[in-house]
Amino acid sequence: MPTRDPDDAAPSAVELDRRAYRRRQTTRSVLVSLVSTIVFAVVIWFAVVNTPGFDRVRQSFFDLDVAIASWPRVIEGLWVNIQVLAVAVVGVALLGTLLAVMRTLRGPVFFPLRALAAGYTDLFRGLPLIIVLFLVGFGVPGLELFPRNSAQFWGTIALILTYSAYVSEVFRAGIEAVHPSQRLAARSLGLSHGQTLRIVVLPQAVRKVTPALMNDFVAMQKDVGLISVLGVVDAVRAAQIETAQNFNFTPYVLAGLLFVLLALPMIRLTDWYTARLREREQIGSIV
Amino acid sequence: MSGADVGDGAAGIPPHGDAVLRVEGLRKSFGTTPVLRGIDLEVREHEVVALIGASGSGKSTLLRCITLLESIDDGQIFLRGDDISDPRVDADRVRARMGVVFQQFNLFPHIRVIDNVTLAARRVLRVPRAEAEATALALLERVGLADKAREYPDRLSGGQQQRAAIVRAVATNPEVLLLDEITSALDPELVAEVLDLVRELAAEGTTIVMATHEMEFARDVADRVVFLDAGVVLEQGPAADLFAHPREERTRAFLARFRGGRDA
Repeated sequence: MPTRDPDDAAPSAVELDRRAYRRRQTTRSVLVSLVSTIVFAVVIWFAVVNTPGFDRVRQSFFDLDVAIASWPRVIEGLWVNIQVLAVAVVGVALLGTLLAVMRTLRGPVFFPLRALAAGYTDLFRGLPLIIVLFLVGFGVPGLELFPRNSAQFWGTIALILTYSAYVSEVFRAGIEAVHPSQRLAARSLGLSHGQTLRIVVLPQAVRKVTPALMNDFVAMQKDVGLISVLGVVDAVRAAQIETAQNFNFTPYVLAGLLFVLLALPMIRLTDWYTARLREREQIGSIV
Repeated sequence: MSGADVGDGAAGIPPHGDAVLRVEGLRKSFGTTPVLRGIDLEVREHEVVALIGASGSGKSTLLRCITLLESIDDGQIFLRGDDISDPRVDADRVRARMGVVFQQFNLFPHIRVIDNVTLAARRVLRVPRAEAEATALALLERVGLADKAREYPDRLSGGQQQRAAIVRAVATNPEVLLLDEITSALDPELVAEVLDLVRELAAEGTTIVMATHEMEFARDVADRVVFLDAGVVLEQGPAADLFAHPREERTRAFLARFRGGRDA
């Protein structure tokens, strides 16, 4: 056995050999994946280009002139989507939290509230959003109970109703993931039930479920386009109108691209945040 | 000073005053399993009482019942003469008058150490933040954690976390401090720093009830030791007496097992 100097951190011959091997392996892996990606892309490209109807599809879906012509109307519609989204996010956050808190209340006194919240989430998680849109958008105004509101208003309400059911379930999982001892500690300090929830439980719950909440937000970002079924001239509806005028589907592709661009920052942020959480939880682990 | 009798003002311990805490005929079951079967206990001002007994003897449950974190089935609990087991009392206000330290520290991980310590003062007693922070910093300074005040709890070692938790519990000057096996979750080399802090608090006259497995410490610091067995107070007395001459067979067996397990 050679004597060891604890301060001498120079890598041994064995370690140098291992590093060299790993470097060679990495280089090989990168080359293999690069080449296979290129081959795959080229094959797909030629397969599509050589289909019999390719030229016609290109003309009716990817016509740059039509895209430019329909741009003002579609972008104006997208602005409507963004407005609806902004209001819906706030509404979903409020209603979702309320429902989640209602479902976590304990004690027989709160049975009606618990049951109500449970029934609500069951119903709206089961109902397709498009049906909720029709029912709320055409049915509720028909009651003539509320003052006349725009289709955009009722579409936003429908989105809030559906998405708060999903979000409340995510929240509830988060609330239940906060260890009961945290509640005990808070109550032992004299904090009331409400203070404990607000100051101790909810902030920790939200942190635990942030990636899931961000995912729901991304999903809602595109489902905002469904309010077009109520006649709201949003990006999708605008694209539909343009399409009908030009007999060309390019506006749909344009609207789709814009939705993707809108969602992209949030998608990336979600990925980044999830990765950071994972890193924190398994420091030093390689599997 | 370990042998001071109850009510004895000698040996530097402040004299024991009136009863701070009195438990009468306390009963508690979990489902069909009785855990506390009629507990009587009195704790006087400046007194340090150690609850000992095997796992499942009811030590933790007793502390949780006293702090109103657990409902009780029968009996009464008095804090300075007020019946706090009466459902008409405001439990939150009662809990604010006691300090509790848990086995697992239970610091709030999402707020800084200083905010953990000042939370009760700010939110329950409505002390202005600046004032609460000054008090908290002085306390943290005393236990050697002033430099950790702005850190989040997960940056602290177990011993530091538990000391911060003790500071959190005493920050509002509670009438009684309840310690629930506060060293059981610590690595052996971190136990001393926590126990030293408790020793200091005891020397200052803090009224303490502690469930503990640290027999040496109980003998050293407690004025009185209470041996719980199967949900009843089987035997109690001055620490030195009880450890040296346990009257009950089961107490003897328990202590013997402990010596066999730890000191041997």
